[in-house]
Amino acid sequence: MNPVSEALVAVLIVVGALFVLLGAIGLARLPDFLTRLHGPTKATTLGVGTILLASAIFFSQTAETGLSLHELAILFFLFITAPISAHLLAKAALHRRPPAGEIHPAAGPELAPESSTQDAKTRGKDTGGADTVGPPAPGRCSGGAGAEL
Amino acid sequence: MLKAALEIAFLLIGASLILALYRLVRGPEASDRVLALDTLGINAIALLVLYGIEAASTAYFETALLLSLLGFVGATALCRFLLRGDIIE
Repeated sequence: MNPVSEALVAVLIVVGALFVLLGAIGLARLPDFLTRLHGPTKATTLGVGTILLASAIFFSQTAETGLSLHELAILFFLFITAPISAHLLAKAALHRRPPAGEIHPAAGPELAPESSTQDAKTRGKDTGGADTVGPPAPGRCSGGAGAEL
Repeated sequence: MLKAALEIAFLLIGASLILALYRLVRGPEASDRVLALDTLGINAIALLVLYGIEAASTAYFETALLLSLLGFVGATALCRFLLRGDIIE
């Protein structure tokens, strides 16, 4: 395998893995469900696409059958299905929100102090952080949004 | 060089699997858990493709394609369950 394409494959693999990790960090750390939906559906799909591109280059160089196009099937399938499942998830999340009339926390300026998914790590070192002042609101979707009303 | 890149990528994707697992266990709503499952499936596809590169074997493509199909069908069915309370009416 020639060293230029090997370097290209290595760079693409590392960049793709970084994008996958970025999507997962977004999934774990962002405050609201719709923002959490936004992280992995873009970054992870791009990361997997980059890794599949690296795989296509690698097997086109090494395999004796010439051009390797198996990865393109996975790539097209992922690119078609990822927005559909994200759309369905957003629909499901909107369906389970409190009904109109109650003020959703994401609608107002109190989005920043309000973090419903305050995890134990930030709660542990919560000595002066301005972004974790509000109490956690665990029952947002179960009609328990009366905390800020 | 390719070996080192593969090692780094395995570590990064393992870390992202742990993060998605954290959201799967903790997620306050059911839709968070469905999203975490979907992300776990996509990360597993990436891991399989990387393992195929490391083993220099093309046998892993079918597995990855099957995993992406099953992940999409599973996510769709779970979303439909969240929306309707029923999958096949």
